Amino acid sequence: MFSLFVIPFCIGVVLLFAISAMKYVRWIRQFDKRQQVVIRHNIWSWRFLPAIWEAFREGLLHWRITRHHFLLGYMHRSLAFGWFLLIVVGAVQAILACPDGHPFYVAIFFNFFEPRSEHIVAFARSQTYAHVMDALLLYVLSGLTLAAFKKVWSRPLGMRQTTRHNLVDRVAKFCLWCIFPLRLLAEGATSAIYHNGGFLVTSLGSLMNAMGLDNEIFEYHLWVLYSLALGAFFTLMPFTRYMHIFTEVFLIYFRRLGLHDTARKDGYTLFELSACSRCGICIDGCPISNPLGINNIQGVYLLQNIRNKDLWKQSVNIAENCLVCGRCSTDCPVQIDLETIRRQVRSKDKAPIDKASGYQYLKSVHAFNAVGRVGYFGGCMSHLTPGITEAMEAIFRAAGQDYWYMDKERTICCGRPLLQQGFLQQAEELRHRNSELIARSGVTMLITSCPICYQSFTKEYHLNIPVMHHSEYIARMLQEGRIHAERSALRVTYHDPCELGRGCGIYTPPREVIQAAATLVPTRHEQEQSLCCGINLGNTVISNGQQGMIRDRAYQNLTEPKPDMVATACPMCKKALARGGETPVRDIAEIIAAQLTPAQ
Amino acid sequence: MNKFAIIGTGPAGIEAAATLAAHHNEVDIYEQENAPLGNIRDKAFLFPNFADADEVAGRLLARLDHPLIHLYTDKGIDQLEETPDGGWSVNGNTYSRVLLATGYRTFDAGRKEELGYGIYRGIRSSLEMEQMLREQKITNANGDKPQRIVFLQCVGSRDEKTGNLYCSKLCCVTAVKQAIETRKLLPDAEIFIFYMDLRMWGQHYEELYRQAQQEYGIRFVRGRISEAGGTYDGRVQIKSEDTLMGLPLKITTDLLVLMVGMEPSEGTRRLAGQCHICGDYGFAQSIDPHTDDNRTAHRGLYVAGACKRPMTLTDAIADGRSAAVVMLAEG
Repeated sequence: MFSLFVIPFCIGVVLLFAISAMKYVRWIRQFDKRQQVVIRHNIWSWRFLPAIWEAFREGLLHWRITRHHFLLGYMHRSLAFGWFLLIVVGAVQAILACPDGHPFYVAIFFNFFEPRSEHIVAFARSQTYAHVMDALLLYVLSGLTLAAFKKVWSRPLGMRQTTRHNLVDRVAKFCLWCIFPLRLLAEGATSAIYHNGGFLVTSLGSLMNAMGLDNEIFEYHLWVLYSLALGAFFTLMPFTRYMHIFTEVFLIYFRRLGLHDTARKDGYTLFELSACSRCGICIDGCPISNPLGINNIQGVYLLQNIRNKDLWKQSVNIAENCLVCGRCSTDCPVQIDLETIRRQVRSKDKAPIDKASGYQYLKSVHAFNAVGRVGYFGGCMSHLTPGITEAMEAIFRAAGQDYWYMDKERTICCGRPLLQQGFLQQAEELRHRNSELIARSGVTMLITSCPICYQSFTKEYHLNIPVMHHSEYIARMLQEGRIHAERSALRVTYHDPCELGRGCGIYTPPREVIQAAATLVPTRHEQEQSLCCGINLGNTVISNGQQGMIRDRAYQNLTEPKPDMVATACPMCKKALARGGETPVRDIAEIIAAQLTPAQ
Repeated sequence: MNKFAIIGTGPAGIEAAATLAAHHNEVDIYEQENAPLGNIRDKAFLFPNFADADEVAGRLLARLDHPLIHLYTDKGIDQLEETPDGGWSVNGNTYSRVLLATGYRTFDAGRKEELGYGIYRGIRSSLEMEQMLREQKITNANGDKPQRIVFLQCVGSRDEKTGNLYCSKLCCVTAVKQAIETRKLLPDAEIFIFYMDLRMWGQHYEELYRQAQQEYGIRFVRGRISEAGGTYDGRVQIKSEDTLMGLPLKITTDLLVLMVGMEPSEGTRRLAGQCHICGDYGFAQSIDPHTDDNRTAHRGLYVAGACKRPMTLTDAIADGRSAAVVMLAEG
């Protein structure tokens, strides 16, 4: 069983597997030492089982995209899962039809090679298989129709903005889109001659006969075109976004093994870069896109530019213009750690530490013997919103808590702002001194009012004491009955700070705190969907006016239910939102401090 | 004979009313508060000549004492619109011309939370300082005589973060004036003024600034204050930078006085918005700031005084008179 037209397909398949394998081997070699140890340690564990399930769920069923938007999920699923089933069922069909073995391409071009003419024995239930194959083809074609529709009008599929693809991607997409209609036509032509196939193909065959076409000539040419489309697509695949099809499976596996991004670009990052399908879901939620209308810096473009090494300089510009609000990582169906990759590009670890002038003061900040107390770290931003630190001190007093306000007089930054700007060594310097001070003071717990510091202390420090954001602390004090608050008649909306919510997953404690002192009114964008306040130490590119536009959008969302007050749990969000308009903006600590009552 | 309406009884409104009445026109002048000249009555002395504010207010009020001027206090403006015959209707009464002289309000220092206003008792606005000067009694948070007093310029002016990019024009000289008055009351206190640059543009202002340094021992530090916090004993700790020395600075003071800038008043914002003559920052807008500064895009509607931009008392009086002349000239 051979025909010349299978050659393009075969070449495509060989190239696809050869190039992909080469790339994967190269990337795996670039894993850093610690990652290699992790892989060796975990490779024989049971972790591959959940990885298989996740790969099936995300690679084929596109579960996360479906949760994002049903129709969009259907589109991706029908193309991925539909094509996958087409291949699997086709292979089964080929095995049943040729029990004596057959070349691998027969499964793909089954109807051409097995048109069920008189001299070939039909296998059991062959008609059922034909119907199933037609149904699957129809399934894929329905997704393709949606994809074509999305290109014209993406709104009904839940996307305001779609990705602008580069030339190679567009060519590959064209090939992909040709594959399935060509298959349908080729099978239709075969059916017109041999009267085989299921409900779809037979109908098309009859139609072609009725039109009086010369199907004998048509048939072969259509199969040639089908093979060409497949061959071209497979050849292009390793160089385009479609590399994500296999890479995502590897990425899921490595992630399950316990790998994650590090400060430098390594093998794992390379897998992530190629696992991005450039679906563009990261664009719509991005505050730089909506409301600012800047649509070339989102995760999808960052990864695309890094993959295309010539554009490194441009990647740096793209990486700098980001508020690090984490919305894209949350929305990303592949769960790529976009924040860390941005930081890798931003890295300025060659910038020398100016120890002579800049860091001398670190030595002059001293620890205090605070054994047995809790440490309170207001944070630089809380010093600019003294209402919050005053409220926290009032709450500590009411709770009868012994505390050491460690940065009351002299402040050392937690280091995260430097880290976000890529000054890794400098940030390490600050973290080192802060860790020393905390260890020496002997505090039993660290409480901070600033979500930026909180994220830093929990993720970038290695403290051996618990760290709490003040929302958690106040919620616990209320629960344990160590402080009491009187409920007021105020209607309050709550703004989820990016660093606290999406950054650290703290959504409930601040809401509990508000409900203890006021009525919490829901807004349209909450929790993971919350909007950025516009100020973030991560972005040094956008102007004050642009920050204001982002803030206005968040402010409008918060004041839409006409609350008496807007609450938040971050000094920076408080400062940003307070400039938005007349509605008072308070930190949850201030709201509780104002309603404190003595114990009954 | 025309009938004129003036909204606002600040210096501009009063001067315009007096000028119009002197030319035998009937004038209705509206005030939402219970008495005119609210923004002068809360001052002690006026720069640059330390004139008694009450006395100046009295002289201005006397100009309203004219049979053709009808003063309506406690009368906010509920309705202001053009009538079909080209006149204007104010609260249901019809006039041929209307002058908007709704003035300014001071910046709410609480909006710059890092300066601790409203949180620490040792931090006052320049208005509260003026009140203490009126009472001839300056006290710190604990009610004692302050040893050290710091004035901070440009609070809510020339500040991108609060959105007010403009200079409020008169805080520089006000701080110098208040510092000198403070020195007269507290001969032994240390007095500092933190500034970005001092804009001594008016007659006698520069001389006052020189006197402040030479005769009154007031010390000027170039630098903004980044944050102010309370100490355990009710004093105020300030973080700043001396930008001439290039050194970070941290000092503790008994009193921190925030020189709040000028913003359009509520009335200015509302009425200018309603009449679509809103300019930058919510101030009212004239046709041209050089050659046509009292007429607006609407026939019969005029603007004068600090509702257009920050203005001193002297400027506001002159502008009110100029508006009256333009109104008369247009018949």
